Amino acid sequence: MSDLNAQAVAKYRTNFLKEVEERVEEGEWVKMCMQCGVCSGSCPLGPYWAHPPQEIFMMIRAGRRDEVLTSDSMWMCTSCYNCIVRCPRKLPITHIMHGLANYAHRLGLAPKNQPTRVFATLFWNNLIRTGRVNELKLSLALYFKDGFKQGIQNALNMQKTGLGLMKAKRLNPFELFSGHGCKDKKGIAAMLKKAREIEASRKHFAN
Amino acid sequence: MAKKEYAFYPGCSSQSKASASNYLTSVNSMCKTLDIKLTEIPDWNCCGASIGYAEGGELPRHVMNARNFALAEQHLPGQQVVATCAACWLGARETKERLDASAQLMADTNEALKEAGLHYKAEVEIRHMVEVLIEDFGYDALGKPVVKPLGGLKIAGYVGCQTNRPFGIAGESFENPMYLDKLVETLGAEPVANYEQKVTCCGGALAFSETEKSQAQIKNIVESAYDQGADLIVTPCPLCQANVEIYQEQINKRYGTKFNMPVTYYSQLMSVAYGGSTKDAGLDGQLIRAPKLEEIAKK
Amino acid sequence: MAEEKKVAAYICQGCGIGERLDTANLAKVAQKEGRVNLVREHAILCNAEGVKMIRDDIANEGVTHVAVVACSRRAKTEAFSFPEVALARANIREGVIWVRPDTDEARETTQEMADDYVRMVCAELKAMKLPAGNPDAGHSRTLLVVGGGVSGMTSALAASQAGYSVVLVEKTGQLGGWAANLHKRMPAHEPFKDPQDTGVSDMIEAIAAASDIKVYLNATVAQTSGAPGRFKVSIATESGATTEEDIGAIVQATGFSLYDASKLSDLGVGSSANVVDQAGLEKLAKAAAAANAPIRRPSDGAPVKNVVFVQCAGQRDASGTHLPYCSGHCCNTSIKQAMYFKDANPEIDTTVIFTDLRTPGNGEDFYRSAQRKEVTFTKGRVSRVEATGNTCKVNFHDLILDDQNASIADVDLVVLATGQVPNSGVNIDLPAEAGADEEGQKVVSILNLSYRQGKDLPQLKWGFTDSHFICFPYETRRTGIYACGPVRRPMDIVQAMEDATGATMKAIQAIENAALGRAAHPRAGDLSFPRVRIEGCTQCKRCTVECPFGAIDEDEKRYPVFNEGRCRRCGTCMGACPVRVISFENYSVDTVGQQIKAVDVPDEFSEKPRILLLACENDAYPALDMAALNRIQSSAFVRAVPVRCLGSVNTIWVTDALNSGYDGVMLMGCKHGDDYQCHFVKGSELATYRMSKIDDTLKQLGLEPERVATYEVAITDIERVPQLINDYAAKIEEIGLSPMKGF
Repeated sequence: MSDLNAQAVAKYRTNFLKEVEERVEEGEWVKMCMQCGVCSGSCPLGPYWAHPPQEIFMMIRAGRRDEVLTSDSMWMCTSCYNCIVRCPRKLPITHIMHGLANYAHRLGLAPKNQPTRVFATLFWNNLIRTGRVNELKLSLALYFKDGFKQGIQNALNMQKTGLGLMKAKRLNPFELFSGHGCKDKKGIAAMLKKAREIEASRKHFAN
Repeated sequence: MAKKEYAFYPGCSSQSKASASNYLTSVNSMCKTLDIKLTEIPDWNCCGASIGYAEGGELPRHVMNARNFALAEQHLPGQQVVATCAACWLGARETKERLDASAQLMADTNEALKEAGLHYKAEVEIRHMVEVLIEDFGYDALGKPVVKPLGGLKIAGYVGCQTNRPFGIAGESFENPMYLDKLVETLGAEPVANYEQKVTCCGGALAFSETEKSQAQIKNIVESAYDQGADLIVTPCPLCQANVEIYQEQINKRYGTKFNMPVTYYSQLMSVAYGGSTKDAGLDGQLIRAPKLEEIAKK
Repeated sequence: MAEEKKVAAYICQGCGIGERLDTANLAKVAQKEGRVNLVREHAILCNAEGVKMIRDDIANEGVTHVAVVACSRRAKTEAFSFPEVALARANIREGVIWVRPDTDEARETTQEMADDYVRMVCAELKAMKLPAGNPDAGHSRTLLVVGGGVSGMTSALAASQAGYSVVLVEKTGQLGGWAANLHKRMPAHEPFKDPQDTGVSDMIEAIAAASDIKVYLNATVAQTSGAPGRFKVSIATESGATTEEDIGAIVQATGFSLYDASKLSDLGVGSSANVVDQAGLEKLAKAAAAANAPIRRPSDGAPVKNVVFVQCAGQRDASGTHLPYCSGHCCNTSIKQAMYFKDANPEIDTTVIFTDLRTPGNGEDFYRSAQRKEVTFTKGRVSRVEATGNTCKVNFHDLILDDQNASIADVDLVVLATGQVPNSGVNIDLPAEAGADEEGQKVVSILNLSYRQGKDLPQLKWGFTDSHFICFPYETRRTGIYACGPVRRPMDIVQAMEDATGATMKAIQAIENAALGRAAHPRAGDLSFPRVRIEGCTQCKRCTVECPFGAIDEDEKRYPVFNEGRCRRCGTCMGACPVRVISFENYSVDTVGQQIKAVDVPDEFSEKPRILLLACENDAYPALDMAALNRIQSSAFVRAVPVRCLGSVNTIWVTDALNSGYDGVMLMGCKHGDDYQCHFVKGSELATYRMSKIDDTLKQLGLEPERVATYEVAITDIERVPQLINDYAAKIEEIGLSPMKGF
């Protein structure tokens, strides 16, 4: 058990709803779900969720902490916002799902090697390096996430597409070495460090 | 009409030689005709996109967007921020609404911005280019500069998700927004009337991580355009454009289909209709070329 | 009326009638064939000049019978209102020109239609009399309210405020009814967030302060006789004495009882003292409030820390064991009761287990408020409540996670949301000697009506007291008697108060109409009433049995005794009477029979069939008008006659029509069955039944069964009604013209 997780378990004991309300983005909305299921029926990847949002809300209220936080479900969110606009109770469901995934990831409970988790992590780390996304490095990092050999295979699969994009001037091989970026990289790094500190304190990750 | 000026937030994908560089090319051409002056926010940064949530968390994401706001306020005072990318617009607007709603979040954000020597005064307005076109110009004004009407083209207006939900374009419904169809009509082309997959999700960032599931979505989007006799698909979103265009080849392999449906931006249609060349409209940047549109451009 | 009959016909040329029809010919038909005394044409009859022309003739020419040949009888009713004369309308606008094409080809048949309607109106008018009003009018302006709960008290106060005196009869020793047992009620005002005071004591005070409300406690109704405006009600009091009151109208507000929880042993009733119904929880909450202490569990008095509410306990049961219906209020009531706990101590675990949370009215806001207070709502079906010492274990099927073995342990208190059972009187549809429910408990009559048709109001499904569900809530099949509150359907306090107010307004209308000798709803203000030529009566009892409103009693010789005040003027008795001795002054076997005879039936070589359409004036006829308004065309061979209700159709009209060469007869009435839409409850059903018996007659005449067709239509069937007509006309063409022509 990660330290952060152990600390959370000690702090909230059986009250998972309270934990979610305090620590998960828009978590205070969870109690307002009325179990109609419109979110689950509106999700483009709905069939692939082990527990669609409706169930996740129910499970949070029933205190099924491990099942929720180790679930693959929230990682199926494509950020299409269908659930948000259709929810009759106006729950910000997309954000709650993002928040839960982020929290599970932070606690180290999210499934390892979950592809969206991996990609999302690569993406953020890629963009904070220079302040902007380096598409080539991001793609390559994704291809090589399962090792060198698989990476070559993945890259070959997309080779034709990649060459096409290069020809269309929509992919730049030199991004590998230089590429776009913000000038004030230092300021961005400092600013993000501070933001993480503040967030940790607001959400009681420290105590 | 007097020149209109905006602070421009192009976003990562619209940079030169990035995946939506042709979007930027066509936007520049379109803006020239409409006498719109876009000034890039100096040293703008990534919005974090939706997928940034997992590692980024809440406050760091808002701080990234607020940095852009603060830079715009400082260097381009009084100008509205205009984004062309759906995700940039959504991410920025989300941050703005959250900060406006919470004094605490605003204070925390400024505390972090201070580390970069910045301060956000909460004065910016965030808009998508489509909003600028519809609200600041209107369909009639957009129709006036048309010199090469796109007659004979049948176009499926693929709105997708992020210009449509959760904020959307004012006055449009989430389930059947009409603005792309109206724009297509304004340019002299025929919109597909019953495009079932108009607001279907293409999978977004999950096109990279859940390829099979996303490609099933994309297959429906393209198939429905074919079913309705469309010559091409038009979209306002760089990720929609990239996903729907790029993955047709893999979908063909996976499903044995023979998709070869061009997917363009609304700005490319406008550039051509306003007399722009293939190059002006960024049509040379298509992975799947749009021959009928190029023909009109070459006329 | 001894005066001489003088009949005048007025033919309008407005709204395109003049262009489409030869009105001079219509005038000729009225004069020559209708043999009226006076005919006038006018360019726009409904304008001030046209109306003045008619009024002048009434005043100066002594006209006693007026035929207005213009638009539908449903149009321009204010302009064409001449209460001092008998009035009949021929509908040549909606009925003729608006449903026919304006073509040379159609001109002849269109004119024939209009000619026929002129013939018909003249014939009808001559058979009519100006109605004189009920001679047996009653003048009591006192309302009897039976039941002293929230519904009854609301009714009494509403009547008192409107200036009517009230007699309020309550069987227990105090007012307040069910609501008096509540700790608090669900909120009735914005922001619908917290339970509020019941308001019962304020109501009791207001009643005590009202000098025109006479309250009988520990009292019941021993007998009710008479009719609206002149009911005689004897009230039995505790002492055994009875008092007689003169009553104008009656509101029955006898409320409900809770479903017997002892039948719910699976849910822990009997095995644990900590399982209560909603009434039990109110008692605990009241006791706690009085002691300014937390709510305690009954078994050992320990404060409740964990409470579970079980919705639909013994309700919505498809197995037939318990109540099959939803009682409507119980979700909101459980939400309210959950707040008793959360408002006192947010740390108390409070769970509501529901299958479908139903929060009518503003309950949705109340529900959200409970969610904010962190009441947990769990979608599931409780299978079993087990007693475990001083706590219980609630086992349920979690319907969201599909977990059959979900459970909540260490529950201090389980509250069962059981349903409402109406406090109706005896079921008059059961044999009189029964008089007991299935448990053998004696059911006591509430109104003790001395009516031929039984002691109490009729009952609907599941024992709820009568009301006209689709069209007129509170109205029952006993004129002047109105049911309100949970006795007629399950409801909460807000609904019961609205219900009681509505029923009181209806009762006041009945009082006022009765005093003027007029009909109550739905023919409010009608002065006609059934007249019987008693010397022709064969004592067959059909009228007394079939009257949907219990208006007809029998005397000792088994002749019918009409109580005009109870009558709704539907004419069902007239339709029932085999010897045709029942009639109204302005609506009779003759007024319709003469219209049927007046129609010119062309011979069998003309290829012009004639179809009689008898259309209910409440739904079918308006639908025809609206179809015409939309210019939907229909056959030129149909002649429509509006009837008060299909129940008033006497089979002689149908057989006469067929005998005189009509090719078919269509009857259009309202939907019948459990969810009937008939204003008069049974009329359309009776007509359908009577027409099913006409087959033999048709056979004797050598006619096809298709020559008589009955339809259920709704007022909204604007496209369907003309379609039915055209389909039927095509059918007649297919089977050929009637062989009965020219006999």
